[in-house]
Amino acid sequence: MNKPANNDFGWTREEMAQRAALDIPNGAYVNLGIGIPEMVAQFIPEGREVIYHTENGLLGMGPEPTPDQADPELINAGKKMVTAVPGAAFFHHADSFVMIRGGHIDLCVLGALQVSKNGDLANWSTGAPDAIPAVGGAMDLVAGVKQIYVITQHTTKEGEPKLVEECTYPLTGKAVVNRIYTDLAVVDVESGGFVVAELAPGVEFEYVKQQTGAPISLRT
Amino acid sequence: MINKLVATTAEAVADIRDGATVMIGGFGEAGSPIELIHALIDLGPRNLTVINNNTGSGHVGLAALIASGQVAKMICSYPRSLNSKVFPELYRAGKIELELVPQGTLAERIRAGGAGIPAFYTRTSVNTPLAEGKEQRTFGGKDYVMEHGLSADFALIKCRTADRYANLLFNKTARNFSPVMCTAAATTIVQTQEIVDIGEIDPECVVTPGIFVNRIVKVEQPVVESELVAAGVHYP
Repeated sequence: MNKPANNDFGWTREEMAQRAALDIPNGAYVNLGIGIPEMVAQFIPEGREVIYHTENGLLGMGPEPTPDQADPELINAGKKMVTAVPGAAFFHHADSFVMIRGGHIDLCVLGALQVSKNGDLANWSTGAPDAIPAVGGAMDLVAGVKQIYVITQHTTKEGEPKLVEECTYPLTGKAVVNRIYTDLAVVDVESGGFVVAELAPGVEFEYVKQQTGAPISLRT
Repeated sequence: MINKLVATTAEAVADIRDGATVMIGGFGEAGSPIELIHALIDLGPRNLTVINNNTGSGHVGLAALIASGQVAKMICSYPRSLNSKVFPELYRAGKIELELVPQGTLAERIRAGGAGIPAFYTRTSVNTPLAEGKEQRTFGGKDYVMEHGLSADFALIKCRTADRYANLLFNKTARNFSPVMCTAAATTIVQTQEIVDIGEIDPECVVTPGIFVNRIVKVEQPVVESELVAAGVHYP
């Protein structure tokens, strides 16, 4: 089955972020990873109040600064300049990871290299021999945050499945992912494996099945 | 009279010797004590072990210290940067050692080191390559990895405001690792943008109590790392 050449097929990066934003509840304390996950904040439905945590010591992170607000000592975990909303709090790194490791953050949205059918996540290293290993806060986040959502393309640029039987890349954490938003579908990780909760526009379940490297079922 | 103020950054770092372990505050450029790092480059001790979240940007501050060949080992969580090839080149050439630590584990190891706690257990890194070779235990049906507390001979720290007792206030996300590092070093050296009279800092608002700090040096207008990097500055 080939991918139809149709503009109404699947979700764009923005639409994936927008779809994930629908699932962020009012009042949640949320940590957003670098890349597509960062875009989720722009799409939170009207009327919901969400507090963003960044692991370098800020609860109440606001949007990008205007040029006159820019401060190199006010940055996010991706080292981009941000703002602090009224009611924000600064704290040191040990307290920041008390929030994470201690289970006080409700939800984290991360990128992925691979997710396995039992929710194992690989997102920090391809294990390539010449790569500089770098982990940041990813292992702490998946170990401590209550709900882990992943946003990722369904397959790699080369067309290899990213939802797999078992991760071949080094793990970030074992059995940690709850839900995956791809360009093709919203996929839940349940005890029996991958379950499609929602298909993106124009996408048929058979196509998702073909693009997935492990058994997957459709919620009926 | 207690007065922890020293006159110059050179005087502040003068007793850092070859082989010392040095914690350096900062997350990326936020909170990086560049003037103290440059004084350490000028002083020139070698075979240092440096603890920082990253490995610096461009050819100033921490990246310049690494480029100078003074650092034998880095303990950090994220040694990659868009703006620096200094660490990757030395690492690939086998000229610098790396101990990679998850960011929260790094913060907690430093906190434990300062709190007199030799080791603790964490869920972080269980079932990953970073848990290999480490003692594991099961509590309440869940697996945990044992991590050791981390302490240092010296800490180099940047803050915004200090008094002569060395009670400290930081600036926004430039606080990051600095308060825990202040507690974990035998000698903590702080550069501050301003020094205020005793009593001017509200005791309710002190972030780092002076007991954790040995020396303060005033650096009223610290350089901005990203500006130096953008201008292509190489230190020294």
